[in-house]
Amino acid sequence: MSRVNNPVVNIQGVYKSYQRGSQTLSVLEDISFEIERGEFLALMGPSGSGKSTLLNLIAGIDKVDRGSIVINGVDIVSLEESALAGWRSAHVGFIFQFYNLIPVLTAFENVELPLLLTSLTRRERREHAEAALSLVSLEDRVEHYPSELSGGQQQRVAIARAIVTDPTILVADEPTGDLDRVSAGEILDLMGRLNSEFGKTIIMVTHDPRAAERAGIIRYLEKGAMVDVHP
Amino acid sequence: MYILKIVLRNVLRHRLRTGLTILGITIAILAFGMLRTIVGLWYLGVENSAATRLITRNAISLVFSLPISYYERIRQVSGVKTVSYGNWFGGIYIDEKHFFANEAIEPKSFLELYPEFVLPDEQKSAFILDRKGCIVGRKLASRYGWKTGDLITLRGTIFPGQWEFVLRGIFTGAEKNTEERVLLFHWDYLNETLKKTVPRRADQVGFYVVGVTRPELAAQVSQDVDRTFKNSLAETLTETEKAFHLGFIAMTEAILVVIQIVSYLVIVIIMAVVANTMAMTARERIGEYAVFKSMGFRSRHIAGMIFGESLLICLIGCTFGILLTFPVGSLFGDLLGNYLPSFEIRRSTIYLDIGFAFLVGIVAGIFPAVRASRIRIAEGLRRIG
Ligand SMILES: Nc1ncnc2c1ncn2[C@@H]1O[C@H](COP(=O)(O)OP(=O)(O)O)[C@@H](O)[C@H]1O
Ligand SMILES: [Mg+2]
Repeated sequence: MSRVNNPVVNIQGVYKSYQRGSQTLSVLEDISFEIERGEFLALMGPSGSGKSTLLNLIAGIDKVDRGSIVINGVDIVSLEESALAGWRSAHVGFIFQFYNLIPVLTAFENVELPLLLTSLTRRERREHAEAALSLVSLEDRVEHYPSELSGGQQQRVAIARAIVTDPTILVADEPTGDLDRVSAGEILDLMGRLNSEFGKTIIMVTHDPRAAERAGIIRYLEKGAMVDVHP
Repeated sequence: MYILKIVLRNVLRHRLRTGLTILGITIAILAFGMLRTIVGLWYLGVENSAATRLITRNAISLVFSLPISYYERIRQVSGVKTVSYGNWFGGIYIDEKHFFANEAIEPKSFLELYPEFVLPDEQKSAFILDRKGCIVGRKLASRYGWKTGDLITLRGTIFPGQWEFVLRGIFTGAEKNTEERVLLFHWDYLNETLKKTVPRRADQVGFYVVGVTRPELAAQVSQDVDRTFKNSLAETLTETEKAFHLGFIAMTEAILVVIQIVSYLVIVIIMAVVANTMAMTARERIGEYAVFKSMGFRSRHIAGMIFGESLLICLIGCTFGILLTFPVGSLFGDLLGNYLPSFEIRRSTIYLDIGFAFLVGIVAGIFPAVRASRIRIAEGLRRIG
């Protein structure tokens, strides 16, 4: 630990379990690791190993049983509900497997949505949303509703929505899991660009090795514990 | 602004479901308005009754009569200005479907006591002079196309036989709510016929109408009248006309209460229907709400969308309902105009409609909003896919 490192995510001794009836199901046990700023991390592991759970904890949409998660100097474990919501809107961009666009809003409106929680003016919101949409090459689909877009296009809108607030971290849970190979390739290219060109810190859950290849670092989860695999 | 846009588009999402729910609200508001108007009409007679008129009737029941000999004695009670009398005749024109009120009365004093029955002078004297004459209200006359000089035959029920009258006058109501569906004829005609056919029923009146000089004397006069006949064969009960009408209403009170309960039940039922629609809607959108929350939107934003949607649906339905209340009300009025005084939708009914629409909208949104506020994001997201 001689080097001055500045991890954007610092996870220490995290435990997480779920209550299922009378049984307690331990999902994550003593997880500790760091993510450097500008890193592209892939979380891999078999189904049910706790990848999504860990990602949700980092993104502040689920609560740890024990341990600390410090992101950009903020211990999010100690934040209460509404402070956490405010924190998420400023620091986290979500990319989901099933895109999760709001079906009654156009591509443009979907991208503009997170900006409604900021103090930006209408005009600034428009500029930001348009910039994000052109970054994902969808300038010509602005007025389309999600149902009028292909899966790959919807995921690109979702990515635009995730980056429009310029969040500290991007979290993606199986972003290519519902896409054909070509579209998946495009999405991964896009995420790679966001990381390399724009320096975005990305945490991506996947069980697709091809997707993981794009990441700079791969971490494995197995039965709720980190396992080191040195390539 | 933004939330309104989302609410509006969400409303249009399941057009059939939204449409049916709105239709339900429209019908509920319409039904509520009609039922309330009908109940209101019942009490209208009470509001129209004058404070200077008393009704004296048999103390035992409305259906028993009083001897005509009481007439002079009532007149002698101090504070009494005019006395009239009459019998509920209950005659039927053509058949039962053509129901209207008809009474045998003493013409001169009766018209004096009821100045709201406005009759041209020459018709009034023609009526008073003709023992077989009768007068009818304007609405009744126009319903049957009667003109003065026409012969009108009623089939007696309380007093059997065919009774023939000559129409001598058509009166109009001085007030908007004056009853214009009445036929009035000479009590003498009834009484003289009875003397020949059923003598034991002659010289009896169903009621006396007592006009007092000043309204504040009403209570005293009614006591004095009743005291006069205390311990006689037929004791009397004298009430203000208002009390008399309320007594009549009391007999139908049970029906009124039922109608009122039904009108509120309609609202409760539609509340359940809208609540169900909203619960269904919210259940389908749990995943979406989780997405909103993941981006940092709060429970209040989501509650805003839910309440906005249920209120919008309710207010659209309410608007249609109110808009339909007037034409349907006047249709009702046309159909029932001959039985009921003016079928007028009250302003208070409209206010209640709007109030209930808001109430239904809010109540229907509570459960889904609470549910949506409680969802844990991670779990809500798992429901997608
Ligand atoms: N809300 C929950 N309640 C109970 N068990 C859960 C819940 N969420 C996840 N689990 C369980 O936790 C384990 C890890 O789930 P998850 O993190 O989704 O795994 P992965 O994403 O690696 O497939 C699974 O066994 C899953 O069934
Ligand atoms: Mg998963």
